[in-house]
Amino acid sequence: MTEVAVDLTKRPSWTSDQDVRWCPGCGDYGILAAMQFMHAELAEDPATLVKPEDTVFVSGIGCAARFPYYMDTYGMHTIHGRSPAIATGLALARPDLNVWVVGGDGDMLSIGGNHLIHALRRNVNLTILLFNNQIYGLTKGQYSPTSEVGKVTKSTPAGSIDPPFNPISLAVGARATFVARTHDLDRKHMIDVFKQAHAHKGASLVEIYQNCNVFNDGAFDAITKRAARDEMMINLVDGEPIRFGAENDKGVVITNGRAEVVKVDDVGVDALVVHRNDADPSVSFALAELANDRQSPTPFGVFRAVDAPEYTEAMDSQLAAAQANGPGDLHDLLTSGATWTV
Amino acid sequence: MQLTGDRFTSTSALVGNDIATLPEFPAEIRAPQGTLAGVSAFQVHISDHDIHTPGDISDVLVAMNPAALKSQLIRLKGGGTILLNSDAFDERNLEKCGYEADPRLDGSLDGYTVHEIAMNKLTVEATADLDVKKRDAERSKNFFALGVVSWMYTRPLEPTIEWVESKFASRPAVVSANVSALKAGHAYGETTEMFANQYVVEAAPAKPGTYTNITGNTATAWGMIAAGQLSGLPVFLGSYPITPASDILHELSRHKNFGVKTFQAEDEIAGAGAALGAAFGGALAFTTTSGPGIALKGETIGLALSMELPLVIIDVQRGGPSTGLPTKTEASDLMMAMYGRHGESPMPVVAANSPSDCFFAAIEACRLALKYRTPVMLLTDGYLATGAEPWRLPDVADLPDISVEFTTAPNATDDEGNPTFLSFMRDEDTLARPWAIPGTPGLEHRLGGLEKADGTGNVSYDPGNHELMTQLREAKVNGIAADIPLVEVDGDGDGDVLLVGWGGTLGSITSAVNRMRDEGMKVDRIHLTHIHPFAANLGDILRSYRRVLVPELNRGQLVRLLRAEFLVDATPLSKVQGLPFTGEEIVNATKALLEVTA
Repeated sequence: MTEVAVDLTKRPSWTSDQDVRWCPGCGDYGILAAMQFMHAELAEDPATLVKPEDTVFVSGIGCAARFPYYMDTYGMHTIHGRSPAIATGLALARPDLNVWVVGGDGDMLSIGGNHLIHALRRNVNLTILLFNNQIYGLTKGQYSPTSEVGKVTKSTPAGSIDPPFNPISLAVGARATFVARTHDLDRKHMIDVFKQAHAHKGASLVEIYQNCNVFNDGAFDAITKRAARDEMMINLVDGEPIRFGAENDKGVVITNGRAEVVKVDDVGVDALVVHRNDADPSVSFALAELANDRQSPTPFGVFRAVDAPEYTEAMDSQLAAAQANGPGDLHDLLTSGATWTV
Repeated sequence: MQLTGDRFTSTSALVGNDIATLPEFPAEIRAPQGTLAGVSAFQVHISDHDIHTPGDISDVLVAMNPAALKSQLIRLKGGGTILLNSDAFDERNLEKCGYEADPRLDGSLDGYTVHEIAMNKLTVEATADLDVKKRDAERSKNFFALGVVSWMYTRPLEPTIEWVESKFASRPAVVSANVSALKAGHAYGETTEMFANQYVVEAAPAKPGTYTNITGNTATAWGMIAAGQLSGLPVFLGSYPITPASDILHELSRHKNFGVKTFQAEDEIAGAGAALGAAFGGALAFTTTSGPGIALKGETIGLALSMELPLVIIDVQRGGPSTGLPTKTEASDLMMAMYGRHGESPMPVVAANSPSDCFFAAIEACRLALKYRTPVMLLTDGYLATGAEPWRLPDVADLPDISVEFTTAPNATDDEGNPTFLSFMRDEDTLARPWAIPGTPGLEHRLGGLEKADGTGNVSYDPGNHELMTQLREAKVNGIAADIPLVEVDGDGDGDVLLVGWGGTLGSITSAVNRMRDEGMKVDRIHLTHIHPFAANLGDILRSYRRVLVPELNRGQLVRLLRAEFLVDATPLSKVQGLPFTGEEIVNATKALLEVTA
């Protein structure tokens, strides 16, 4: 905020003067650090540098939604669920800005589900981060729309009975043009995914597996803890066959539209799915559906990245066409209907 | 019928008559024709002098079928003229609207001058030489009726012909059928000896100037475009379609050459939200809706109020509660405009009083929003929105400058002596906070819905600060009272009674007051544009009258505000029928008040 010479390649230049107030040990700290480091890294090359004044973080309500306060950029901490809509208006009015949207699974998928799917379908130039901790944190521990069935919480003492959303499947179904997943324990992976999402023209959705160490501790341990990663994380790489495992001995095939994990030796390398960022959405959907619990090998990285017309560009081109013969004139407007003179 | 009514109105305006209209149509798109529920009516009042309302009762009723006759006869004066389409008076149609006997035969039209015209048949004959099917030809019968009435009232046909040619340019068969029907109707009036009279309504004496015919929704849209030009800011509309407000969105969408961005959102909440996002980005942002939409936008309006960003919310009021009467007028959202948010959340409320006034009211709402960094509610209603009147166009150069300056440099110094930006350091006069938009280096800041510390704008849970901020927000809005025009009394100032109106009742109240003055009564009148805050002199005016009558198209909302604010014994006059007041209703209520308090 102050006018001292700022070195944007350093994390402190992206850190606001506000005290971070998440619970100690919260996964959000790691995500915040990754975001600050990512901006610092981008600043090292003038071609990728984004300026703090041209960056806006927009959030709704929830623990994750405090995020904008901690970035030394412009920011809006708004109301529950509405951040994709508010950010859409900002992006339409100001296509020159880098607009990020931050929210949790309750904010984005419960109260804000409608705004999320429409922002994705329109392909407005927004980068949307969905912090998925599968629980309501700020309201102190109720189940969320991504909680597993049977979740025992204060509001579901006998276990939750509604099946969860898979955010990646939902985003693919909304025809999002960029969909990715990362997790809060791997800064390098987060930075890499954030950079790709940021560079994507159009709406990007990044699901971040995020640990709530108070109300849902260890939800993703079976997948994202260092010891489990080799066997449980499937790294998606554009153009490469989908393989994983400590011995690189497992892979993914899609049969009759359904993805499944196989032993490479059983099917042969050529039978494995070659991951394509621009594959048919049905393929992205099949990959998303590969893991709908917290015990199965789970794909990470970019599920989908396709070129499609971006909304603000389309809107601006309509305005430019309408102004081809010069800007509007108020007097002409007022006399555009039938007039008479007394 | 809406289209034919609209053409008659436009032509009348073009020949210089004063006009006032009341379109009335069902909420259903294709309501069953021939039933009472399906009647689409259009009341138009034309005059050679200044008029204020569509008229209490009509001189002529054109009934295209029995249902139209049955539902509208009550609005025809005794001895009035009925033109009815006799082709539509068959047993089935009579039954559909509940006529047990043919009203043409059972004496129920005695006392009226009835002209039966076989409009279907004559229209089909008139279009016989054209390449149109009988069924399609019959659709032109409204233009036949328009031709007959145009002859009766000596309206030229050319403006309508030109309009038809341009409107249906891509469908030449429709053009020729409609034009033939129109001319045939006119010729029918001329050649039959059915009509004893032809009426000539001369141009109304009017102030010199250039006039156009305008509806409230169009005027509102143009007002927002004008406000964009006058403020130098790009206009952004976030909206979701809703009757009767959608035409503002439609009209704005047609004027992209002004750099106007219109966004049809996924719902009402997103419409308001997108507008608020655009406001943060430095746009002149607004959202349009009707009552149900305001209920949904409430939380976003509260956020705008807390963030202290400019946002104009336009409520084209309709009959409520819930879905209510979507196509009928009512002014029952005033309390919601005033108080329909959680927490202590005062915001300015401005109300338009005629179709053309919507233009100026929109500019005024924008002026207040921009200058005071606050959401502002602009109230219009279904009657203003769809009704039309001649409008003497303002000189663009006379419109107010409502430009604002963004903050582009630090406005304070921190403890270490470095320049810094305090996002809630207020202007001493207006109490408005600085508006610094993204893209401005060095002024990066975060706005939120959490309570903010006075000055810095940082999140604050401090008890004293919350009370201070609550009071500051209130004082900021109250301070607007010094920045709006005083209320002017129409009358001598010593009348026996003061009529207080707001919004779309201006025409009804004015014509009632004129009628009472003609009878020798001493009646004064004021009309409020600013409802929150009230004009500074309102209390003194109210207290100077022994009797105050407040006609409103609700159950008495303004009257409660007046009584609460000024402790005056104001009397309500309520009407909630989805229709404007008739002059007679106001006259009778005024006389009754004078009588009981004599």
